[in-house]
Amino acid sequence: MTDKTPALRLEGIVKTFPGVRALDGVSFTVMPGEVHALMGENGAGKSTLMKVLGGILAPNEGQIFIEEQPTIMSSPMNAKEKGVVFIHQELSLADELTVAENIFLGELPRKSFGRVDWTTLYDQTNAILKTLNVGFDAKKRVGDLSIANQQMVEIARALTVEPRAVIFDEPTASLTDAEKVVLFKVIEDLQSRGVGVIYISHRMEEIFKITDRISVLRDGQYRGTLNTSETNEEEVTQLMIGRTLDLSRAEVTHETGEVALEVRSLSCGELFEDVSFTVRRGEVVGFYGLVGAGRTEIAETLFGLREPSSGTIHLSGEEVRIHSPADAIRRGISLVPEDRKGQGLILGMNCRDNMTLPQVSNLTAGPFVSDGAEVAIFDQYRDKLDIRTPGWRQTVGNLSGGNQQKIVIGKWLSMHPEVLIVDEPTRGIDVGSKSEIHNLIRELAAQGYAVIVISSEMPEVLHVSDRIIAMFAGKVMREFTADEVTEDSLIQAISGIKPDKVA
Amino acid sequence: MAELTKKGLAGFLARQGILVAFAVFMIAFAVANPRFIDIDNVFGVIRSSAILGVMALGVTFVVIGGNLDLSVGSMMSFSTIVVLDLHDKIGPALAIPSMFAMTMALGAFIGILVGYLKLNSLIVTLGMLSAIHGLTLTYSGGKNMDIADKEGTWFAVFGQGSVAGVPMPILMFAALAIVLSIVLSKTPFGRKVYAVGGNGIAATFSGVPRARVVFMTYLVSSFCVATAGLIQASRSMGSQNTVGQGLELEVLAAVILGGASLLGGAGTIFKTVIGVLILGFIQNGLLLMGLAFYAQYVVTWIIIILAVWLDIAAKRGALWSRIA
Repeated sequence: MTDKTPALRLEGIVKTFPGVRALDGVSFTVMPGEVHALMGENGAGKSTLMKVLGGILAPNEGQIFIEEQPTIMSSPMNAKEKGVVFIHQELSLADELTVAENIFLGELPRKSFGRVDWTTLYDQTNAILKTLNVGFDAKKRVGDLSIANQQMVEIARALTVEPRAVIFDEPTASLTDAEKVVLFKVIEDLQSRGVGVIYISHRMEEIFKITDRISVLRDGQYRGTLNTSETNEEEVTQLMIGRTLDLSRAEVTHETGEVALEVRSLSCGELFEDVSFTVRRGEVVGFYGLVGAGRTEIAETLFGLREPSSGTIHLSGEEVRIHSPADAIRRGISLVPEDRKGQGLILGMNCRDNMTLPQVSNLTAGPFVSDGAEVAIFDQYRDKLDIRTPGWRQTVGNLSGGNQQKIVIGKWLSMHPEVLIVDEPTRGIDVGSKSEIHNLIRELAAQGYAVIVISSEMPEVLHVSDRIIAMFAGKVMREFTADEVTEDSLIQAISGIKPDKVA
Repeated sequence: MAELTKKGLAGFLARQGILVAFAVFMIAFAVANPRFIDIDNVFGVIRSSAILGVMALGVTFVVIGGNLDLSVGSMMSFSTIVVLDLHDKIGPALAIPSMFAMTMALGAFIGILVGYLKLNSLIVTLGMLSAIHGLTLTYSGGKNMDIADKEGTWFAVFGQGSVAGVPMPILMFAALAIVLSIVLSKTPFGRKVYAVGGNGIAATFSGVPRARVVFMTYLVSSFCVATAGLIQASRSMGSQNTVGQGLELEVLAAVILGGASLLGGAGTIFKTVIGVLILGFIQNGLLLMGLAFYAQYVVTWIIIILAVWLDIAAKRGALWSRIA
């Protein structure tokens, strides 16, 4: 590798903010044709480094080299012109425009009098789309595409210049396993064209599958680069968090109790159909399937956010009708939603107020909210869940993803629910907090809670569930016990392939 | 965006700019014209700010809840005309509660449209601004309203009376500010207003009845408008149909000046009171400087723009930003 010119090289990058040294002399090199993982816990400095690379922030010290030419990135546009392009975690597309318009936004091909040259536009776009092997065309409205396909549009946009380095920031966060395969194929193509790829992700499985080297940041400092083929998860994790982590499943042995929740032939329009299952006390039931399989919609129906079109819900044997989240909460159903920042938390509010929100009307002394009662609840769950915050007055938006998620979990545990539904419990959470939350879910089951976990990550579902319900296109395909499930059979089930035997 | 926080003067100005600007203003005015800080003048400013202030208290609830209320000006005209008209027909003791009921019915109507039907509050209240104006003119037939026997009624007490030398409008403003401040900061309802304005979806996912909370904020706002109308009617004992015209912008300016975020979820009653006073003193100062009163329309607008800018600047920690 040493005889080639690096596609991109960072040397001694320092970026300080008042009171914080966000980047402390970070250096690393991306060779052409390699996939280079950049890892680190939340707050390790990855996003700041990417902002420096993308021309959004100017470094205090240090130098960026593109093909060994010292370069200053003055703006995101400037970075792109120099061949450094980003595929962001949060997509930045205009829903109402076509694929072609999005891809060439700001640089539409022109004819005389400034008229858009539509023929050239569509031809050029379709040529790019062809290399990506996607199943939609240039004239499609972006808002009508799936998230995965929208991401392909972002990638296509990156390919309008001759990229030297492409940076993927958590690209698989909202992709299903099938869609990931397509994405990895695209990355492989970029690689064979001699493009340097920086791949940012928390997901070890992917990192080990597709990357050549792994560079690790911790607390703004560069901690080293490993060859992927010569290392393992433990070593990388240790480098990231500075300690070792037990990744094996903590076997919690416990008895399952009576049925807490029973759902019979529940349907909701075309979202899901004829869904039946039970959850016992002391049991974690995992829901696995592709995005759009109807898992989140079932959770939302149980939580009173959607009205079922038919079927019944039974809690501890009694049939209940749930018309609002308030109904669900009263009946003892709690939902930790999939979108932590959008649905789970009020980011501008403090930790305590977020945690006590569902029960604030009951925490009163006379007509007033009782400060003491609120703080007592916060303290109890901060200790129980090991939430790291300077105090309850801290604004939730300032906490790390893992601690934010614990606030949401604490919010619902403090309601003492009969059934706890956790949708995507560890999305966007760093590896250390992730295993803490997995252990917590197992513990909750051991304490007798009936828990439903919805996840798009197979290792997570396999790791925490006692039983797994596989869904495809709004239907339950098959139910597995933890003993009998295999990765292959699970993938078959969620892809709509009928099992050999009837489940 | 915490990591983008700028240090030094720019950051300080972005966070505390309104107070700094206010202090500079006050000092400059006091130097230019010593009458400005005369106790009578100070009392006069507070007194003349009371009607605006009472309305701003209610709009603070609406804004923290994540919505706007541009109808308060014309709604105040409505309250004033209605209570003056009913005064002579059914007497003040019945006229006052009837006027409150009618005004709050308008507030409830807006609350249903914005809260339950989830229509955009800007459009709804802008429409209501015009619709209520029409309603007022229809009610009055376009004529000015006057109380016939101005001497033989106790109705003047709200606008012209005083307790221990303190004018009633100031007392009512202060009392309402204290009560509403407690409601907003100490009760479960107040907490839910912040939650709904901070993130309506997350509030719904926490079982907060978002529609009802928004509905209630408009009810609070219309109650405040009715109180303002009562003070106005009682002070002048007669009125044109357009008495509240344009006040909605001044009210909004005061609320934003106080630091309530137009995006919802932030602000306090105390800060709104400060905003009301700042606006009042600036307008008074300009008058004393000999600026024509219509120049205030321009000044008010400049203040709104400045306040909105500083609101955004405080959020991103810089006066200007490349990305947001």
